[in-house]
Amino acid sequence: MNPRREQKIAAGVLWFFVLVTVFILLFMIFFILRKGLPVLSLSFLARNPVDMGRAGGIFSTIIGTIVLTLAAILIATPLGVGTAIYLTEYTWENRLTRVIRFGAECLAGIPSIIFGLFGFILFVTKLGFGWSILSGSLTLSFMLLPTIIRTSEEAIRSVPKDFREVSFSLGSTRWQMVTRVILPSALPGIVTGIILSVGRAIGETAAVIFTAGSALNLPTSVFSSSRTMSVHFYILAREGISLDNAYGTAAVLIIAILGINILTYSLMNKYIRKFQ
Amino acid sequence: MTPMTDLTDLAPPAIRARGLSHFFGSVQTLKSVTLDIWPHEIFGIIGPAGSGKSTFLRSLNRLNDLIRGSRVEGRLEVEGRNIYDPGTNVVELRRRLGMVFATPVPLPRSIFENIVFGSRLAGVRKSGELKEIVRDCLEKTSLWEEVKDRLASSALKLSGGQQQRLCLARILALRPDVILLDEPTSGLDPISTMKIEETLRQLKRDYTIILVTNNTKQAGRVADRTAFLLAGELVEVGPTDQMFTAPADRRTDDYLRGRFG
Repeated sequence: MNPRREQKIAAGVLWFFVLVTVFILLFMIFFILRKGLPVLSLSFLARNPVDMGRAGGIFSTIIGTIVLTLAAILIATPLGVGTAIYLTEYTWENRLTRVIRFGAECLAGIPSIIFGLFGFILFVTKLGFGWSILSGSLTLSFMLLPTIIRTSEEAIRSVPKDFREVSFSLGSTRWQMVTRVILPSALPGIVTGIILSVGRAIGETAAVIFTAGSALNLPTSVFSSSRTMSVHFYILAREGISLDNAYGTAAVLIIAILGINILTYSLMNKYIRKFQ
Repeated sequence: MTPMTDLTDLAPPAIRARGLSHFFGSVQTLKSVTLDIWPHEIFGIIGPAGSGKSTFLRSLNRLNDLIRGSRVEGRLEVEGRNIYDPGTNVVELRRRLGMVFATPVPLPRSIFENIVFGSRLAGVRKSGELKEIVRDCLEKTSLWEEVKDRLASSALKLSGGQQQRLCLARILALRPDVILLDEPTSGLDPISTMKIEETLRQLKRDYTIILVTNNTKQAGRVADRTAFLLAGELVEVGPTDQMFTAPADRRTDDYLRGRFG
């Protein structure tokens, strides 16, 4: 086959793959929104579930999702970003850094239900936190750590070496360099990792159902059990309680994740334009 | 080596290297260099690529410390104190020996914030004081007239020559004693180069300047004394005129005539 022909076929095939990918994505979103949007209303968002979710809305599960996700992010971000800073700025590459990195990679590959089981054994029973927001968010944060470490590390590494030299040569300590030069430049990348993690936390079901439980009332403290939208969707669909309300919940989930992504990327763009 | 000039009588050397060797791992990049640099002179360092010019400069503000496997032997004194003694305050050292790099590296922030970066690190907070520093440093590098109306805009928007003068101004804001320049005009056009050289001549009054350059003509134009490094070895050091007209070493002569390097 001559190269020109080969090239044409390759371009055609690649274009077809892109088409399939976009089609699958749009089809899923369209399908869920079509089933879910008719259920949506202000009262669906603002009222608590009634009769196990057959009637009423999903307000308490929205709150449960927000609280659990925020708490998990608040725990995982300092741990993950701190680890990334240590690995990149405070130590040479050595056996320890390789072990840490390898451990994080392994953590990323563990199925979420195993995290759920681990969280159940450690937090719910051994430490006696019970099914609670505390147990759930701790478990979730462990799951998010690998992503946050890796994306933060990549973001920090991509800050030009020159910036480090300039910062040091202007009399900064290592910590001053990290806080005033490295982190501001790496922020867009770090935030991207955090957003990916938010998406993952919002969508997580297996790990949450084992650790945060599935109580339908509004949480009152970190020791309250709470149900997230994903768990709610799972229970509604799995137990055939109300498929309509399940799709309604799914639609809210999808819109929320889209919204978070769009909002953050536009904020990041503004930030980048202002500082870089 | 040429005998010391009469400058010896005026003041003790600002910098004194005695048998200074430097290694990256097992590779020796400086071979027992011994030389003095006097206050308020422009000291040029010339030599082909890889001769250890930058390594020498970077050992002065201990920037080599950032590279794994970097090691120093011998003494390197700044104002009488060996800077490789344990207990040396490296942050303070780097503030006293400001460095300008080969490619201008403005930090991704405004012109104003670039200049006061070091001052803020050192804890200067009063806005009046910071403004004063910015104006003073920009005037000394004759950048003030060009940028005074856009101090708040990004430093990345300046031209290459302006960026390099900004980097110089940023160093002056540290109120250093010594200015280290690592091929500061290698990426600049002749006019920008001329402006930088003019600035250096003016700064000589207040600072000791060490200029590493791969452009021998530049050393000839601005350096009071010049050192010639070759493969980590100090071949010759002396007054620039003397070195350029009657080099003591055959290798210097060859290099200056462009026979290699």
